[in-house]
Amino acid sequence: MQKVFEKPVSIDEKPFSYCAGCTHGIIHRLVAESIDELGIREKVIGVAPVGCSVFAYEFFNFDMCSAAHGRAPAVATGIKRARPENIVFTYQGDGDLAAIGTAEIVHAAARAEKITTIFVNNAIYGMTGGQMAPTTLVGQKTDTTPYGRKVENQGYPIKVAEMLSTLEGANYIERVTVISPAHVNKAKAAIKKAFQYQIEGKGFNLIEVLSTCPSCWGMSPIKAIEWLKANMIPHYPLGVYKDGAKTE
Amino acid sequence: MGEKVLMKGNEAIGEAAVSAGCRHFFGYPITPQSELPAYLAKKMPLVGGVFLQAESEISAINMVYGAACAGVRVMTSSSSPGVSLKQEGISYLAGAELPVLVCNVQRAGPGLGTIQPSQADYFQAVKGGGHGDYRLITLSPSSVQEIIDLIRLGFDLADKYKTPAMFLADGMLGQLMEPVDLGEYKSEIKEKPWALSGCEGRAKNTVTSIWINPEEMERHNIHLQEKYAEIKKNEQRWENFHFDDEAEFLVVAHGSMARIAKSAVIKAREEGIKASLIRPITLWPFPENAFSSLKSLKKILVVEMNMGQMVEDVRLVVNGRIPVEFFGRAGGMFPTVEQTLGKIRGLIK
Repeated sequence: MQKVFEKPVSIDEKPFSYCAGCTHGIIHRLVAESIDELGIREKVIGVAPVGCSVFAYEFFNFDMCSAAHGRAPAVATGIKRARPENIVFTYQGDGDLAAIGTAEIVHAAARAEKITTIFVNNAIYGMTGGQMAPTTLVGQKTDTTPYGRKVENQGYPIKVAEMLSTLEGANYIERVTVISPAHVNKAKAAIKKAFQYQIEGKGFNLIEVLSTCPSCWGMSPIKAIEWLKANMIPHYPLGVYKDGAKTE
Repeated sequence: MGEKVLMKGNEAIGEAAVSAGCRHFFGYPITPQSELPAYLAKKMPLVGGVFLQAESEISAINMVYGAACAGVRVMTSSSSPGVSLKQEGISYLAGAELPVLVCNVQRAGPGLGTIQPSQADYFQAVKGGGHGDYRLITLSPSSVQEIIDLIRLGFDLADKYKTPAMFLADGMLGQLMEPVDLGEYKSEIKEKPWALSGCEGRAKNTVTSIWINPEEMERHNIHLQEKYAEIKKNEQRWENFHFDDEAEFLVVAHGSMARIAKSAVIKAREEGIKASLIRPITLWPFPENAFSSLKSLKKILVVEMNMGQMVEDVRLVVNGRIPVEFFGRAGGMFPTVEQTLGKIRGLIK
């Protein structure tokens, strides 16, 4: 029998521990497929964050370390500066990247670090049980905004792709999502390109992936996808925000 | 003996690091250690190394974490308030068992404090600083020559035991200029098969400090404690000064303070007081073996540039056998030779 579909080599044997309907699994797969297709698995060094993907180093099948909360871009900088010939990436959530680690990501981008960041934005802290994230939408209910996020109290969500694309050091910034096969294909192309740029010695590269969190949003996986489409995409428009190769 | 050169303490740290094979430095500006990053910013590009000024102390220590993951010799430096900010990263380095050298050219605290020299970060360095059960190999130099020697030793011990080391100097040593002999030094840089280098031709490597299963987390803690016990057994270092079978009074002081205390001991001996001195060089492991026999001692005086920190370790090791007294000054003030001598005289009563 002909095998038509299989696990990427860059995915390890350990079963994912993500909740049902969570899109981390899809995003892991896209990262792994991109790395396999580019033939760089044996050169890759990944940096796992603190958050739901804290155990990413168990799911990926290549060298990885885990970083303190929000510090992945600094850790990746240390690795890349020590081993410029390797391909270094961070995999971070919204709390990790856009709250406690805001300084690290902004300055990694400003320095044009030759790294790739996969930024998973699901508008909530999943690992700790559903608190307000820096990307939680106005009006969105969470554990710590039980009456909904209010502008007068918690201010506005941060648009990471837009913010980082203002920096001269940013090479490639795109926002994608994975809520349909067409979106998944687009996300895959973007992630692969973000690694390709690093292979060419270009950085900083970041792909923001709008992701669902059915468990903490309190929705079925299908309802969560509908909610993302109706609420997140209007606030976080998909598309390319910076492509250094085109504008240079 | 090689040719002697005149060097400033902070620059000596940089020169010694480069001679020890360190080619990666990440730091953030703070007084009174600024000459060190300035020196390495000039030097590193000339030796094919990396100097990077980070956006914060926190980023700097995490860049150090990344470079250590990648298997290179790496250093950061700061002064007291900055080292407080690095504590999170230091705890992760200890948990992940990464060999690095962290320099603290201490100034007075707490809070923003002042930029004058101090030894007030003793507790932070030797008792933990960050969260969790861990220890840092902590080295205290007393001269610019010893800065050179202990920086090299710090890298070697960190690699040997796969653990972070702290180089604990103070602002006076950082600014001090003395002749040093750089000598011939060959660092034995060990292979690091655990490092992250890309998994070509081998299974993947992982560096982490998380063990979510409590049994595994306890096992890791026990493993760390066994390593610390080994360090305690092998690496205690100190200097004896007139500490013999006839000494009746013992002064314990480290770093800059030991230089002043030595002068006081010399003067006391001129007055016929049988005074002596122990200068701990490793603050952790504390040189307990130095106190194994108290011989003819009647009293001990601990002198520090703080309000009483190392004195607790001296009291622990002396364990009530003889009285242990303390004299210290804080806030960037030094106990003088005369004041220390006065305290030694006071021991006789």
